Amino acid sequence: MFGFGILSGVTFLPLVGVAFLLTQKGDDEASLRNIRWATLATTLATFALSLVIWSGFDTTSAAFQFVEEKNWLGSGLVYKMGVDGFSMPFVLLTTFLMPFAILASWDSIQKRVKEYMIAFLVLETLMIGVFCALDLVLFYLFFEGGLIPMFLIIGIWGGKRRVYASFKFFLYTLVGSLLMLVAILAMYGKAGTTDITVLLHTDFPKEMQTWLWLAFFASFAVKMPMWPVHTWLPDAHVEAPTAGSVILAAILLKMGGYGFIRFSLPMFPDASTNFAPLIYALSVIAIVYTSLVALVQEDIKKLIAYSSVAHMGFVTMGLFTLNAQGMQGAIFQMISHGLVSGALFLCVGVIYDRMHTREIAAYGGLVNRMPIYAFVFMLFTMANVGLPGTTGFIGEFLSLTGAFQANSWVALIATSGVIFSAAYALYLYRRVIFGVLDKASLKNITDLTPREIAIFTPLVLLTIYYGVQPQAILNATQASVDNLIQTHTALIDAVKLAAAGQ
Amino acid sequence: MIYAIVFLPLVGFLIAGALGPWIGARASEFVTTSFLMICAVLSWIVFFDVALGHNHGYAPIIGNWMTVGDLKIDWALRVDTLTAVMLVVVNTVSSLVHLYSVGYMHEDPDRPRFFAYLSLFTFAMLMLVTADNLVQMFFGWEGVGLASYLLIGFWYQKPSANAAAIKAFVVNRVGDFGFALGIFLVFQLTKSLGFEEVFAAVPGLAGKTIHVFGMDVDALTMAAFLLFIGAMGKSAQFFLHTWLPDAMEGPTPVSALIHAATMVTAGVFMVARLSPIFEHAPAALEFVTIIGAVTAFFAATVGLVQNDIKRVIAYSTCSQLGYMFVAEGVGAYSLGIFHLFTHAFFKALLFLGAGSVIHAMHHEQDMRNMGGLRKDIPFTFAMMTIGTLALTGFPFTSGYFSKDGIIEAAFAAGEHHTTAMIGFVATVVAAGLTSYYSWRLVFMTFFGQRPAHPVAVNHSHDEPASADEHAPGHDDHAHDDHGHDDHGHHAPHESPLVMLIPLAVLAVGALAAGYVFEPDFAGHAYAEFWKGAIFTGEHNEILHEMHAIPAWAGYAPTAMMVLGFLVSLYVYVLKPGTAQALARTFPRLYQFLLNKWYFDELYDFLFVRPAFALGRMFWKGGDGAIIDGLGPDGVAARVADGARLAVRLQTGYVYHYAFAMLIGVAAVVTYFVAGGLR
Repeated sequence: MFGFGILSGVTFLPLVGVAFLLTQKGDDEASLRNIRWATLATTLATFALSLVIWSGFDTTSAAFQFVEEKNWLGSGLVYKMGVDGFSMPFVLLTTFLMPFAILASWDSIQKRVKEYMIAFLVLETLMIGVFCALDLVLFYLFFEGGLIPMFLIIGIWGGKRRVYASFKFFLYTLVGSLLMLVAILAMYGKAGTTDITVLLHTDFPKEMQTWLWLAFFASFAVKMPMWPVHTWLPDAHVEAPTAGSVILAAILLKMGGYGFIRFSLPMFPDASTNFAPLIYALSVIAIVYTSLVALVQEDIKKLIAYSSVAHMGFVTMGLFTLNAQGMQGAIFQMISHGLVSGALFLCVGVIYDRMHTREIAAYGGLVNRMPIYAFVFMLFTMANVGLPGTTGFIGEFLSLTGAFQANSWVALIATSGVIFSAAYALYLYRRVIFGVLDKASLKNITDLTPREIAIFTPLVLLTIYYGVQPQAILNATQASVDNLIQTHTALIDAVKLAAAGQ
Repeated sequence: MIYAIVFLPLVGFLIAGALGPWIGARASEFVTTSFLMICAVLSWIVFFDVALGHNHGYAPIIGNWMTVGDLKIDWALRVDTLTAVMLVVVNTVSSLVHLYSVGYMHEDPDRPRFFAYLSLFTFAMLMLVTADNLVQMFFGWEGVGLASYLLIGFWYQKPSANAAAIKAFVVNRVGDFGFALGIFLVFQLTKSLGFEEVFAAVPGLAGKTIHVFGMDVDALTMAAFLLFIGAMGKSAQFFLHTWLPDAMEGPTPVSALIHAATMVTAGVFMVARLSPIFEHAPAALEFVTIIGAVTAFFAATVGLVQNDIKRVIAYSTCSQLGYMFVAEGVGAYSLGIFHLFTHAFFKALLFLGAGSVIHAMHHEQDMRNMGGLRKDIPFTFAMMTIGTLALTGFPFTSGYFSKDGIIEAAFAAGEHHTTAMIGFVATVVAAGLTSYYSWRLVFMTFFGQRPAHPVAVNHSHDEPASADEHAPGHDDHAHDDHGHDDHGHHAPHESPLVMLIPLAVLAVGALAAGYVFEPDFAGHAYAEFWKGAIFTGEHNEILHEMHAIPAWAGYAPTAMMVLGFLVSLYVYVLKPGTAQALARTFPRLYQFLLNKWYFDELYDFLFVRPAFALGRMFWKGGDGAIIDGLGPDGVAARVADGARLAVRLQTGYVYHYAFAMLIGVAAVVTYFVAGGLR
């Protein structure tokens, strides 16, 4: 493909779909159908291509694979792509979930369908690009570029307070992004290149690491989001259309975690060690604080958004333990959260499409008319509270096991999250699903349609399958995690030796 | 064979759960029940092979679950004597409960779902008892929690049932919180979670100190303590017991299976399974004894005054679980398991008998509205009497062997530990109380007269939804949903045969299980029976010492049993009205007991309300006022303020601008002049 490799192919394949959509004119039913099917076909083809990459991926190696490099802007700025154990799972998660996002928008989006689909396909390109980029400037472009389609999706197809939500998101990310850009320039000044593979082996002075770490932290903490810069998330989720929420929760949030693994931890090992207590503190506060806030929410989407923040607390905590269980658990937790929270937002979308309200009080007794829906929602609720046998358990269990070895206090407080999550999740389920169906507006509500069942079936199966057999995902990340831990330990030991020598 | 035992219930669950609406209720019942029958038969075969025979057990690995760094966890099915005992208990009771439910639930339109849940529960319980590592145990542990949640809330139209279901799950999660931390600590100490590896590493860790939670503590004591918190949650021990009485909102067969015979005994099983850890953590064992003793006493006192027939039995269960922990706390693990084994028979019998009474009374559960039923339902009466005899420890029934054994062991251990002596006193007193409330139940239900005017309905019947509000197809929903105005019109009737057969089978167990198996569990065949499945330290001679106690201590429980019976007989049969008079004489004490020592109110005040209040405070105050106020909203507001200021400057009058220019020029000139002067 013009001398580019397969990673460029999977990254830019959605844009081919965009090119086709641009040729589509007309607003009649037939062309709308064309647009929807073309988009779905594009996302499916992208997923298929990513599976091809996966089949050729060597999980025993910690090195970057499928690397491609082109001279681009000159003077050390290159177009460079590649995947390793950290990025491969996220590429797959992205391409896997996109068809669900498109299917979820099938009937619920009726205005500006073409523009909507284009926004999603562009978003997909940018998201895959984030995980494949091996050049810092390229990464930055994808990373920040992804905000634009998301802004548009929330701002155009969103709910009533969409403007407020987008501006809040903007303010938060602005600060982080600018700091990160400054940090990138500083790194370029020091290393003379923005090639990530080179930067990974560059020793930054201790003082400099601190500032660089903080600059990257500002950006990633907002993206995660970590407490206390999380308040944009509930608003963004509430206002976004269903598919927007799914992608936001499942993939955009993971960019923060990915950033920590890709940059902060390996490039600034000293600073990461020094700042680990800060991360721990913010993580456990997030887990307890946002779980309690979730308990009192009156809006279903807001509740799930807050629970996302709590779950991301396990991720940041696990990553900075810098041991095998903690880090692999954190990465697994991100994948699992992608599946489960994505599915939960789809569940909300199902009843929102029917009733056009997200108010918990507007529901009750749905099980009487929607038994299949009740089952699906129960399963993902249980995955959300980390019931063993679902993916949610593996991530939580491993990250907590890791955390306990790093710091027992952190693990103690974080583990209390399992009590809170059970409380808010079951309390929500009870108010929406159980009880007597006595609200007049709900009397004629219908159970899942075949399209919706088709959406949920793979998600249900994967949530259970990877809960019982998580090794496929764990193996993918293992080599890279081990490599990172070894390098990190060696560097820290070297620093200690140097300190002792002085 | 063990594969069939564990996975047949799962298959039954999937068939009944997924295909139930298509194959119908009758087929779902048939599939799940017959699968469980097969499991029960196979379990007894395993029991004869592994426990009574010479097979030392096996643990086939099904496959790897996860491998991360040093952590390696397999799915495996461990079978040794301890597992075999549990298999027999779980599958026997479960199959009988399945069969019984065919009769008990016959009016319910959601039977496929009910039987699916029962089988799901059984599967999870079997995964728990066959676990070969702590994580698979945790899988079963939370799995039974899920099934319990679903079954307590089976009648989801009742708000009280939903509340009870959530309470059960969340309180159990408090226990699981401790269990999980215990697992993490064990992993930190031994770098493994498989039982064989952990048990091999334990002796080397005895007496080792670690730094955890900011303290320097004995490693194994801490681990055992944390793990025991899990057991306290699941087995409804003091402090974490509040969910069990509320769990009676579920259908009665569920109470018999989950909340009497199997799930709630998981904590007892866990301590026995982890006996190598506990045996090296004497301080933790004393804690187990104390918690067991307090629970045995506390629950028995509350049981004295409850009027709901199921709640009386629920508190009795709670109390009996306390006995089992006392046994384990003093090192007599096998006696704890023995009591678990016999208790499963007579407590399931009592619950299913109570279900038969409730069925006969058209879903009345308040004992004050019962009376004289021995003539209407004689078979149920006989069965309940057998269950009561066994529970109170009447000589040569099963409870006599297991329960009195525990009391004797506690006395024998009391010569070394004060805590064990507390355990002895508490269990002896509780034996008297048990006898009193058990016979009270029998007398109130089967003797005397039914009152002409039923007493106002109690808490378990605060069901606002009447039948006509139900969705179509659910009109004739659940038993407990029926109005209460219809009894009195119908004469109480004996239950169908499908419900009576399980009662008879359990009655045989309640009478004979103690006598038959006493030598194996705790007598001369101890070593050949357990084959090392339960670990006891070399100085642990409790099973011998308990036979060397003074005669009065041996007779104490029997004397208390007789005393309880006589008092109950006097209060409820010979001199009716005494109970009411006592309640009037000691109103505070009566209210204290009736309100279960005010634990629900206390927890509501201490935990539930503050959690919601904190949540609201963090949301409105933390997120809203502070973070958003100082963050994005604040920044936006400052920008707006600045803009407003700028707007004010742009007045449009030339002389304003001219004036500003002048000031500017003046300032610049002054600056340079001042600079030149320096």
